[in-house]
Amino acid sequence: MREAIIIEGLTRCFGQTTAIDRLDLRVGRGEVFGLLGPNGAGKTTTVRLLAGVLRASAGRAQVLGLDVATQAREIRSQVGVLTETPNLYESLTARDNLLLYGDLYGVPKDVLPQRVQDVLDEFGLSHRAEDLVGSYSKGMRQRLAITRALLHEPALLFLDEPTVGLDPAAARLVTDTIQELSRKDGRTVFLCTHNLDEAQRLCDRIGVIDQGRLLAVGAPRELARQLWQRVWVEIDLHGEPSAEVDQMVARMPTVLSRRMEGGRLLLEVADEEAIPEVVNAISGTRGRIYGVRAREHSLEEIYFEIQGGGRPTIGGRL
Amino acid sequence: MSWNWRAIWAIVRKDLKSVLKNKMVWLPMVLVPASLSVVLPMVTFILPSLFGPPTAETEDLAPLLEQIPAHLTSQIAGLSDLQQLAVLSSSYLVAPLFLIVPLIVSSVLAADSFAGERERKTLEALLYTPIADLELFVGKLLVGLLPAAGISLASFAVYSLVVNLSGYHIMRRIFFPTAAWWPLVFWVSPAVSVVGLGTTVLISSKVKTFMQAQQASGVLVLPIVFAMIGQVAGLFFMDTGLLLIAGAFVWLLGIWLIWIAARTFSRRELIARI
Repeated sequence: MREAIIIEGLTRCFGQTTAIDRLDLRVGRGEVFGLLGPNGAGKTTTVRLLAGVLRASAGRAQVLGLDVATQAREIRSQVGVLTETPNLYESLTARDNLLLYGDLYGVPKDVLPQRVQDVLDEFGLSHRAEDLVGSYSKGMRQRLAITRALLHEPALLFLDEPTVGLDPAAARLVTDTIQELSRKDGRTVFLCTHNLDEAQRLCDRIGVIDQGRLLAVGAPRELARQLWQRVWVEIDLHGEPSAEVDQMVARMPTVLSRRMEGGRLLLEVADEEAIPEVVNAISGTRGRIYGVRAREHSLEEIYFEIQGGGRPTIGGRL
Repeated sequence: MSWNWRAIWAIVRKDLKSVLKNKMVWLPMVLVPASLSVVLPMVTFILPSLFGPPTAETEDLAPLLEQIPAHLTSQIAGLSDLQQLAVLSSSYLVAPLFLIVPLIVSSVLAADSFAGERERKTLEALLYTPIADLELFVGKLLVGLLPAAGISLASFAVYSLVVNLSGYHIMRRIFFPTAAWWPLVFWVSPAVSVVGLGTTVLISSKVKTFMQAQQASGVLVLPIVFAMIGQVAGLFFMDTGLLLIAGAFVWLLGIWLIWIAARTFSRRELIARI
C-alpha cells in the first residue's frame, strides 16, 4: 500500500461539539505531512483518533494498512507518538524512562539495553543518561521524548507541536532531528503544528484545519498557485532599468504592476506563463539580465489566506 | 487474550520506583505501620508499668472485662486481671486498628498510581503504547496490592515481636499471636487492601490530584474506627468466626468495587479527560 494514512469521513463529537468534522485525507509513505491550525482546531484529536486511543463518532481510517477501529493495538505498536508535553517520568533517569517504554513497546529483551544506548548516543543524551529527567532542560526533555517515540523504530511518527515552548536553539535541534528522520530513514511523519516556519521547513504537504474541518490540502507551492494566479517576479538588471526597458515593460498587457525593490525590478505578472515572455522582451531590447526569480508566497501568506476564506480548489490526495 | 506480563511488570516496577522517590507517598506507608506495630504496643505495655504497680489499674478495668463474651473468657481463664487485659488489648482491641495498615498502603499507592499519573501529565504517553487497558489496570492494581500485602505481613511480624517483648514482664511467656489474628492477617487484611484499592481507583477517576484522591479515600478508615468502638463498647468481639464471616463480606465488596473500576477503566475515557 502506498499510503501510510487513509482517512474517510472521520468525525468525532464531544457532546454537542464536533471536534473533527468529516475529515478526508491521504498521507503517502515516507511523506512529511503537516496539519496546521490554531489551538483547538482538532489537530490533537486527529492524532488520538489515528493512534487508536480515541474512538471516532463516524467515518473510518486506516494507518499503515490497519483499521483504527478494530486494530488499534497493532497500530499503537507500529507508530511513535510525541505528545505536546513530553510526558516523561521526572523521578526516573532517562535510561529508566527508555527501558520502561522499551518493555511496553515490546522491544526484544536481549536487544533493549543496546537499543537504548544507541538512541541515547544518537540524540546526544548519553552523558546525562543516569540523571533524573527532572533535572533536564526543556530542550533535553523534548529530545528524550523524541528518542522514546523512536525507540521501537516505528514506521510512522506522530509529532504534536514538537517545538512548542522551546527556545530557538532547542527548537532548531528538534526540527533538524525531524528532518533527518524523514530524509535518512524514510519514515512517514505526521506533524501537528501552528508554527508556520517549522511547517515550511519540514513538510512536503500541508493541510489546514480549523474548527475540525480540513480547509485545504497540498504542497505549499500548489496551494499558492490555487490561491493566487498572479506571480511576482524579480529581475536583476544590476541597477535601474533603462528607459527603453521601462517603457517596453509598461506596455506589456501581462505585466500588471512594477516597482524597484532592493536594486531589482519587481514585476507583478498575470501568471507563470508571462515570465518567459517578459524575459524575452527585455532581452530583445538588449537589456542585460543577471537573474530571474519567481517570488514564492510564504506559508504564512498561504495559511492566512486559507484561514481568511480563500479556498484553494485542491482537495486531499484522493 | 494472552497477557503481556512483561508490560505489566514494567508498570509495577516503574510505579514502585517513583513511589520510593516521593516522600509524600512513602511517608504515610512507613509512619502508619510503625505507629501501629511498634509505638502502640510499647505504649500499651511499657508506659503503664512506669506509673506504679500493675494491680492499681485493674479495678478500673473490671467493667470492660465483664463485657467479654462467654466463649472468650475461656481463652483467658486462669490469667490475672492484668494478664487478661494484656491479652485482650493486644489481641482484640488493637485488631481493627491493624487493618488500617493494608488500607492506608493500598489507597495511598492507588491514589498515586492512578490520580498521580494524570496529575504528573505522564498518562498520555502511556496510553499511546500497545499495552491493553486491562493489562494497564492490572499492573496498577498490583502496584497497590503487593506492597500492601508485604507491609501488612511485615507489620504483623514486627507487632508480634514488640507485643511479646514489651508484654513479657506481665505475661512471662510468648502469648501472641492469638488464634483470631491468623484470619485477620491472611483473610481480612488482603480483602481490606482490595476494598481500599477499588474505592481509591474509582475516586481517582473523578478527581484531578493525588491529594484529592488520598483525602477522599480517607473515609474508608471510618468502618475500622467503628469496629474498634464497637469492640470497646462490648457490642461484639473479633473472634475467629466473626473474622471469617466479615472477611467474606469484605472480599465480596472488594471484588465488586474492582469489577466496577475495571469496567470504567478505558483509555478512550481516560484520554478524553486529559
